[in-house]
Amino acid sequence: MARRVLPGLPLSLGITLVYVCLIVALPLGALVFKAASLGPEAYWEIVSSDRALASYRVTVLCAFAATVFNLVFGFALAWVLVRYRFPGRRLIDALVDLPFALPTAVAGIALTTLFAQNGWFGAALAGVGIKVAYTPLGIIVAMAFTSLPFIVRTVQPVLEELDPALEEAAQSLGGSDGSIFVRVILPLLAPAILAGVSLSFARSLGEFGAIIFIAGNQPFETEITALLTFIRLEEYDYQAAAAIASVLLITAFVMLAVTNLLQARALRYTVKA
Amino acid sequence: MKSLILAGALAALLAPLSANAADKILNASYDISRELFEAVNKEFVAAHPGVTVDQSHGGSSKQARAILEGLEADVVTFNQITDVNVLVKGGFVSDDWKSDFPHNASPYYSLPAFLVREGNPKGIKDWSDLVRDDVKVIFPNPKTSGNARYTYLAATAYAKEAFKGDDAKVDEFIGKLFKNVPVFDTGGRAATTTFVEREIGDVLITFEAETRGIAKEFGEDKFDIVVPSVSLLAEFPVAIVDKVVDKRGSRDLAKSYLDFLYSPEGQTVLAENGNRVNDPKVAETFKADFPEVRLVTVEDVFGGWDKITSEHFASGGKLDKVLNTR
Repeated sequence: MARRVLPGLPLSLGITLVYVCLIVALPLGALVFKAASLGPEAYWEIVSSDRALASYRVTVLCAFAATVFNLVFGFALAWVLVRYRFPGRRLIDALVDLPFALPTAVAGIALTTLFAQNGWFGAALAGVGIKVAYTPLGIIVAMAFTSLPFIVRTVQPVLEELDPALEEAAQSLGGSDGSIFVRVILPLLAPAILAGVSLSFARSLGEFGAIIFIAGNQPFETEITALLTFIRLEEYDYQAAAAIASVLLITAFVMLAVTNLLQARALRYTVKA
Repeated sequence: MKSLILAGALAALLAPLSANAADKILNASYDISRELFEAVNKEFVAAHPGVTVDQSHGGSSKQARAILEGLEADVVTFNQITDVNVLVKGGFVSDDWKSDFPHNASPYYSLPAFLVREGNPKGIKDWSDLVRDDVKVIFPNPKTSGNARYTYLAATAYAKEAFKGDDAKVDEFIGKLFKNVPVFDTGGRAATTTFVEREIGDVLITFEAETRGIAKEFGEDKFDIVVPSVSLLAEFPVAIVDKVVDKRGSRDLAKSYLDFLYSPEGQTVLAENGNRVNDPKVAETFKADFPEVRLVTVEDVFGGWDKITSEHFASGGKLDKVLNTR
């Protein structure tokens, strides 16, 4: 660090800080300010109402399930894309990013069409007694769809950089496939997986566009917190909307902070090892 | 929210670029009026060559908020008086907007009506059929849809009459009605999709105009329209957004656009699209399309919109109680 490769650090730092303040901190600050104008009692009454509590439960449980789903399939997808060469690999690789590019409302409508009782998947699933559209399962599907790229895209580059020599060494020392995976590969990937998981979870917490089409939006059952915020806005009740939104914001923030902390520890461990 | 702010910012950026601002106006309207105003605008532009009318559609309250936040709409054509009143409070529309145009500034009217599947297999004739255990009802969330607010109020008005003002029985009726709703969409058009495309529910409640539009769009042989014995007069208020037209110099065009809605040509287009109109000649021409129905008004049954908002639709109001006890 004696000599900086690129000059102009003060300038770029300044631009970055201004940008972060304007685009990220200012709107969030306004949100917190609006919510804070309520006073503690009124705030607590709004954010702890039965309906709001039910919406947190629906949102967090569905986001959790979607993240677990993405963890398994996103990891498998990243593994396959990195470790195998097969026709169509590049196409699949490109498709992974599609949920980022697709407007979420379009995704929601498309998923609903597929999973409704008279849709392709919905009709088949109805045969075995599973309903997806207009149930919490539908919310999970929508969340999993919109947040899939996070885990794939965080794990993939780390997996690519993973030195095959490590696996070979473990093999030559007599490690079984299972123990090599669990004790050599997984610890090295852990920080990347953690990052992907936390991003995927945070994205699911905030998702709105895709979910409202497939959820059914029944209070207490399939009403997500973002929708409740929207409902309060429709009543021109900006303060209550800000209060409920602040709960989501705080949840996401705390979770991202915790994962950052865990990640820092994992990295330290890896470096020492 | 973000997109609204962005749209507002973009509009502000682009405004000075348009060569002659007064040749072009923006009509901010409610969710299910897309086709209606496409048809109206075509006629209007044909009669006024060289002008452009842009449309923006969304939930009526969302549109009002967007205007407060900077969407430069010259005129609003809403489905709720309360949403215009929000603009009055924000200083965008003058206090006496209702007297600026005839019929309470409402060039057409409609009512919540029913759309049932072909042949009406469940035999749905009136509001009382909607609370039966074997009937599934589709309408959007009244919290997010002006359309559904009329549905809620019309059902309440019916129940008030049927139970002679026994509030407990009215509440029970409304509670049962809401229990029969399997999916709450956020807007009128989404509810239509749920009923028509997803084939969910036995009856869709929406404006009569929308029921007629659906029957036309998806085939008259697939759905039947049922007009209940009594319904609520739904007015569609129009207003000039003073703050915007003064800034853009578009008042004349905005006024002639809204006047056009009252002209025989305008009224004909409105009626062709399933709306009831006041022009006696046009109304006579389309008489066969609109069955007679007894309409009650918001003022008579509920004592006005302000009272409705505070009693029914505000946070913690009657509607919240219904939704919270489902």
